[in-house]
Amino acid sequence: MHSSPLATANQPAHENPALLHHFATEEQQKNAASLGMWVFLATEIMFFGGMFCAYLIYRYWYFGDFGAGSQSLSVPLGGTNTAVLICSSLTVALAVRAAQLGKPTTIVVCLILTMLLGLVFLGIKGIEYHDKFVEHHVPGASFNFPGHIPGHPDVPINQQHAQIFFSLYFIMTGLHALHMIVGVGLFAVITYYAMRKRYGPHYYTPVEMAGLYWHFVDIIWIYLFPLLYLIDRHK
Amino acid sequence: MATAVVETGERETYLNREYGIKSWLLTVDHKRIALLYLASITLFFFIGGFFALLIRLELLTPAGDLVQADTYNKLFTMHGQVMVFFFLIPAVPAVLGNFLIPLMIGAKDLAFPRINLLSWYLYIIGGILMLYTILAGGVDTGWTFYTPLSTEFLNSHVITAGLAVFVAGFSSILTGLNFVVTTHRMRAPGMTWSRLPLFVWAHYATSIIQLLGTPVLAITLVLVVCERLFHLGIFNPSLGGDPLLFQHLFWFYSHPAVYIMILPGMGIISEIVCCFSRKRIFGYQAMAMALLGIAVVGFLVWAHHMFVAGISVYAAIIFSLLSYFVAVPSAIKVFNWTATMYKGSITYQTPMLYAFGFVGLFTIGGLTGLFLASLGVDIHVTDTYFVVAHFHYIMVGGMVMAYLAGMHFWWPKISGRMYPEGWGRLAALIVFLGFNLTFFPQFILGYMGMPRRYWDYSRAPEFQILNVLSTAGATILAVGYLLPMVYFLWSMRYGKPAPDNPWNAAGLEWTAPSPPTTFNFDQQPVVSWEAYNYDEIKQEVPVAQ
Repeated sequence: MHSSPLATANQPAHENPALLHHFATEEQQKNAASLGMWVFLATEIMFFGGMFCAYLIYRYWYFGDFGAGSQSLSVPLGGTNTAVLICSSLTVALAVRAAQLGKPTTIVVCLILTMLLGLVFLGIKGIEYHDKFVEHHVPGASFNFPGHIPGHPDVPINQQHAQIFFSLYFIMTGLHALHMIVGVGLFAVITYYAMRKRYGPHYYTPVEMAGLYWHFVDIIWIYLFPLLYLIDRHK
Repeated sequence: MATAVVETGERETYLNREYGIKSWLLTVDHKRIALLYLASITLFFFIGGFFALLIRLELLTPAGDLVQADTYNKLFTMHGQVMVFFFLIPAVPAVLGNFLIPLMIGAKDLAFPRINLLSWYLYIIGGILMLYTILAGGVDTGWTFYTPLSTEFLNSHVITAGLAVFVAGFSSILTGLNFVVTTHRMRAPGMTWSRLPLFVWAHYATSIIQLLGTPVLAITLVLVVCERLFHLGIFNPSLGGDPLLFQHLFWFYSHPAVYIMILPGMGIISEIVCCFSRKRIFGYQAMAMALLGIAVVGFLVWAHHMFVAGISVYAAIIFSLLSYFVAVPSAIKVFNWTATMYKGSITYQTPMLYAFGFVGLFTIGGLTGLFLASLGVDIHVTDTYFVVAHFHYIMVGGMVMAYLAGMHFWWPKISGRMYPEGWGRLAALIVFLGFNLTFFPQFILGYMGMPRRYWDYSRAPEFQILNVLSTAGATILAVGYLLPMVYFLWSMRYGKPAPDNPWNAAGLEWTAPSPPTTFNFDQQPVVSWEAYNYDEIKQEVPVAQ
């Protein structure tokens, strides 16, 4: 490797090993990472947006069947998961705060708590999936969802329309869970570096960016929970 | 510069800094990644072109004699999918945009060099899936994956093709993300938004579409693959689903995708028209805003692909009107290029010849787009060769012309060598003639009523003469496309060494050496001039050898 004149041209006296070669300042690097993450989250909104669009149309068309499908989901489990995720958003925010204040042990504790809460969420989600599987509510050949439309005891559930509800339920929550798994993986890597005291007031961009991602995944669930679990519950 | 000279006496550049396959496959240098993309998209261009030639050969005679109907369906599907997703969408951004944006704004690299490399690997994974699909027997859904055809009725490799496009889509998203952040955060001191070359504006507008459109295609393909794998009914009317929903979601991306393909080309043409007219671009701000305007309005017109699909008449009227609006910024661009050339000191080097071709052919493609935007005419020519001719005038006559224009214009910067100007002009002429001979007869064929996607027209043998002309044109076009590949490769070894600024062009990229060093500039450039300051550059374009 030959040293380029640039390698020495623009570097500040206190060199931060995390400052990459093509950035002039730490501030520029942080701003780039931050904008990049927000732009990425915009693409994620469009990604989930396509499914929300499909959901809205079919919910409008097949409202009764969607209500029936929704009422077969467990609000206690879904509600617990909502609380678990909100707590994990708090712990991740505390991890970022700890990094800003230069408390490396607190970072590690908060990140491990976040991962644990994420795993609790995934475990509860697994129980819910298992229940649906046992009840034959998984779309496919053995799908069976007897009953009637809530509030209309004389109208039986349309099996095809109910299958569309459960298809969307599994795809939307499945992709959400996939994002959770990616998030836990990210935190595992960041925890490893946090244990090596890489993050402090001068450099905590990865903690903050992973935190942003985690908040986004959290917010998706905040929308998924009422849309999937709470349709027409008052009947 | 003295420190950069290596022992051999040869100047150190991004090309000779390191050698070996690893130095290429693990590079994070935007210029090397651009060359990786160049090699891969060229491969896919010729694969897609091969399918096109087979299609044209089949249509040489009215009878379906060269291939079976099933094979023909696969040919036009694979032609479309390879060309759209693996050539047209990545071509200009991933090759020229990747190479030039940091040079044009005075940066050492894109904001996220490793993500840039990742996007190339995603492209390659998608490409391998697509090659597997082709070798395993192909897809015959048409490039649009329409449901329930693609999910219930066909037995071809829809899942691998869908995954291929899905993965390549993420490559496109990451490229767009990199460009947006780079344009915002990496500009050199003095390089204000109003001094950005229009090439950068064009890629900025393109990136916005890539970022907001591509994820919708991705989720749509996920739903199609799930539907096919698990027999769900999301888009299948016999299971309570809505096939129109698929078309809405698909075209929400795939119409703006047309602008992903053409906007970077418009950026190239703006650079070239200014350089070879020796004038500042006419109406810089209008040109930049027109690029953004096309990107925004382009998101609001998708249902004009569905006028005969059974959408409500009120929706059709609104989408028809909105489609007309796209013509406004497009016309601004054509008028301003023309106004830039007016009273310019024009010279006729190869890039400029392609630019002339672009402006003329894009205008024809754009105006026939208005025919298709008007409801009555559209119903008459839907699914005929008129549509095929229209979008090939935009895609091939516009985008591929612009791509070749840009490749010639910046080849001296990329390779450090001059291409042979005489051969360049000859190839430009052949491409122009071959293109028009291929696609102009198709306007007439379509207007006469020849439907697209038919392998046999023996009940209407009167269509043959125009089809023969079209096939002859395609052969000429193929020669026109092979020529540049041959002489570009030749020039890498035997071409004359290129000066830093062979066209006496404005723009920061021409102040870097040809080829540039790994970090582009020896000192951080500071910009104190407006874009296209040709009134301050007194020299003309040097006369070719």
